[in-house]
Amino acid sequence: MSPVVDPITLLFASIFTSNILLANFLGMCSFISISKDFKSSNGLGIAVTIVLVLTVAINWLVLKFILVPLGIEYLAFIVFIVVIAAVVQVLEMVIERISPSLYMSLGIFLPLITVNCAILGAVLFMQIRNYDFVQSISFGLGSGIGWWMAIMALSAIRKKVDKNPVPAGLQGPGITLITIGFMAMAFIGFSGMLKVQ
Amino acid sequence: MSIAIILAPLVVALISAILGALLSITDSIVNNYGEVTIDINDGKKQLLVKGGSKLLGTLAEQGIYVPSACGGRGSCGACKCQIQSDVGLHLPTELPYLNAQEIADNVHLSCQVKVKTDLAIKIPEELFNIKKFSCNVEKISTVTHDIKQVLLKLPEGLELNYIAGQYGQFEVPAYGDIKESTQRAYSFSSHPQLKTHIEFLIRLVPGGIVTSYVHTLLKEGQKINIVAPVGEFHVKDNDAAMICVAGGSGMAPFKSIFNGMIESGSMGKRDIWYFFGARTTRDMFYLDWLWDLDKKYERFHFVPALSEPQPDEKWEGATGLITEVLNTYLQEKMPLEQNKEGYLCGSPGMLDACMNVMRKNSMKEENIYFDKFA
Repeated sequence: MSPVVDPITLLFASIFTSNILLANFLGMCSFISISKDFKSSNGLGIAVTIVLVLTVAINWLVLKFILVPLGIEYLAFIVFIVVIAAVVQVLEMVIERISPSLYMSLGIFLPLITVNCAILGAVLFMQIRNYDFVQSISFGLGSGIGWWMAIMALSAIRKKVDKNPVPAGLQGPGITLITIGFMAMAFIGFSGMLKVQ
Repeated sequence: MSIAIILAPLVVALISAILGALLSITDSIVNNYGEVTIDINDGKKQLLVKGGSKLLGTLAEQGIYVPSACGGRGSCGACKCQIQSDVGLHLPTELPYLNAQEIADNVHLSCQVKVKTDLAIKIPEELFNIKKFSCNVEKISTVTHDIKQVLLKLPEGLELNYIAGQYGQFEVPAYGDIKESTQRAYSFSSHPQLKTHIEFLIRLVPGGIVTSYVHTLLKEGQKINIVAPVGEFHVKDNDAAMICVAGGSGMAPFKSIFNGMIESGSMGKRDIWYFFGARTTRDMFYLDWLWDLDKKYERFHFVPALSEPQPDEKWEGATGLITEVLNTYLQEKMPLEQNKEGYLCGSPGMLDACMNVMRKNSMKEENIYFDKFA
């Protein structure tokens, strides 16, 4: 099976078959801690999607036009993180000004995204897999939507789980991790269909 | 290779600089709200201010000090203020400190609300009395190994009228790694009749910005800013038994309260139980004065307790956590049907534990008073 190159297929592949959370296990900490609240999960999902698209695109430009021509790709880690931090800051200020209601619903999640490893992870995949600009954007968007979908799904499952008797030792993170394990296994079912590389 | 060594940091620095510039440009465009007016108490006062900062700080710049025990970090919930104009929904950082009624009344934490448009707010009239005083440090004395007693003199000709139990915000200037001035709340321990001076008891908290400054850098003769008087904590005028519980520097408001009661002649007219908790004898202080009160007034009972008495200390008083001692006394020494009021001052953990003990011994929550400086 040859790797996916077509941007549209890549978009769907990164949502389902190579979900950044359930196939690559990136962005776990906020996934587990925030998913106990449905509304917050939605807010964080939106924020992660916006930031992923923007940072993957901007970092692609930085990589292509600054780091590669100068032959200093080994600095990519530092540069990527700095760019992510700056983009999140700018985004926070802009959202606060143009849409206070969205800002309110995103609340504290926006700044927290700076240290969400799903973001850096997606940016590094973009670098390793040599995506072009359009592919990078569709990969970023797909990964974001995939993350969003996964956290919404987990949050909904946790709501159901809360209503059922869970053994004392497994309550909270314990049962959540087991749930995530099941979700990941379910998503592995998709992985035969397409291969992202 | 040698070029690369210079090039790499240069590029990173350049990228960071560009991003930094981008940030500050965005900040100046996006956060420029121009001049806005703040209307206080239906036109009682109108302020023309620069928008873009938090309401708490903006008001403070105009000389209106909304009480804030934590200094604007959003961790005490003291700086509540009702906002009549629309400022949007409550932030997640505000919600833990507001009850349903306050949320419905559009009460916000002024340290979390950004001034973006013209605002109409309502604050208690007393707040206009809260002022900033530039005081002279008159005397710093050591009370225990980690508590200092700081006596300040108000500027010449000025007086501070306060009720015993209230507190002041102690403001220390930027020092060392601390880049901006920091405020923390401390109860007055001074005699409330002494209007030209104020006194604080300040315990060294490891890593505390203000306490470290007071314990190491503050010198006699220096100027220091105090915002005062603040707080709701004071003795209610009735004849219920006062159950006072304090730990460490929580002694401060009670020193002020007891001295005030002696002065006004109300000491001895109602039952007072004063529970004071410390670790070892080296954390105990003012014992002579308190035992004198205990002897002089039949209805004043002093109960000091040590939680970790050392074998060589010859401690004869109560031992155990102050909450355990309080529990024993409430169950064994005081009539259950007696009307009681709780007065607490200490760490947030101690306050919660004491509240639990008091509730368990059928004291009503609305009769338990404290100011929480979290």
